[in-house]
Amino acid sequence: MTNAAVHVEGQAAQHALHAYAHEAVASGATHAAGQQHPIKLYLVVWGWLFVLSTCSYLVDYFGIHGHLRWSLILLFMVLKAGLIVAVFMHMAWERLALAYAILLPPVLVLVFVAIMVFESGYTHLLRSIFFAATA
Amino acid sequence: MAETTLMQPKAAPGTIPGLRGIAADWASDQRAFKNVSWGKAMMWIFLLSDTFIFSCFLLSYMTARMSTTVPWPNPSEVFALNIGSKHIPLILIAIMTFVLISSSGTMAMAVNFGYRHDRVRTAALMLATAAFGATFVGMQAFEWTKLIMEGVRPWGNPWGAPQFGACFFMITGFHGTHVTIGVIFLIAIARKVLRGDFDRERRGFFTSRKGYYEIVEITGLYWHFVDLVWVFIFAFFYLW
Repeated sequence: MTNAAVHVEGQAAQHALHAYAHEAVASGATHAAGQQHPIKLYLVVWGWLFVLSTCSYLVDYFGIHGHLRWSLILLFMVLKAGLIVAVFMHMAWERLALAYAILLPPVLVLVFVAIMVFESGYTHLLRSIFFAATA
Repeated sequence: MAETTLMQPKAAPGTIPGLRGIAADWASDQRAFKNVSWGKAMMWIFLLSDTFIFSCFLLSYMTARMSTTVPWPNPSEVFALNIGSKHIPLILIAIMTFVLISSSGTMAMAVNFGYRHDRVRTAALMLATAAFGATFVGMQAFEWTKLIMEGVRPWGNPWGAPQFGACFFMITGFHGTHVTIGVIFLIAIARKVLRGDFDRERRGFFTSRKGYYEIVEITGLYWHFVDLVWVFIFAFFYLW
């Protein structure tokens, strides 16, 4: 008895879902589903990526050295990566639940970077103390 | 129900925007990614894992370069080319960068036309993207040949720290493999677009699932990621 009741209820729920699905499809057809943004936006971002790449190439071409070189390289890199992820990969329009789940974990790589900077400093020290003298 | 989650569902009426939405979505005891299909979510999660792989490569390169007492070869000179009578530093890598960025631009527009159900333009732009990708791989093959001829090996090179070759072949090789897989992926999807599989919701031969234009966006995510990785390789390996 109860089983039958559940079955009927389940069917009703399924009908409701089907109706919802059809509605979703219909509304999708009228104003095209998915990520829709003007072509101009992509062209502008494309242009900026070209400009930023040229800038980072010019850093090498003009032979800028030291801290200025490294900060310029990092600046152009971060700007390019940000434009690609935000606009081309549409992360700017996703819900924050997805954006944070994907974008936060790579930040933790910086901890790994810090660990390896200490480690390679230590290795370099040992090498210059124990191996450079014999060479 | 299963078929609706394949397509990009609209955020259900009850969803909360902003930062509170993160807690609400993750605590909803349902799917955490409310308006993203499983296909797109899984591509993002795969790309996240791939990010860690490339991070580990770049980190081991950093460790090798920081801990060696032998000077590192100057990439600006190693990758210089003589065009005509002029000696231009790093020019090949710069051209490869522009080729890959252009391919990202055409891919982004292909996604756009895909959602407008413009079959011909979508397929044409995807094939253009694939052509740029193939050009990139070709130039990389040229670069590898040049370096191998000059005596670069994974265990040594004529200019300095022996780890240079190992880092170079590992990082650019793995990236080139990604580009190659992307080109194959692009051609396969472009063929389906052109044939109208996604308008007729034709079932795929391998998964027997219905196809939607969202696969163009998912392919695009992979392709933009390949471009993204190159941004980091260009900065850390070639320019640093």
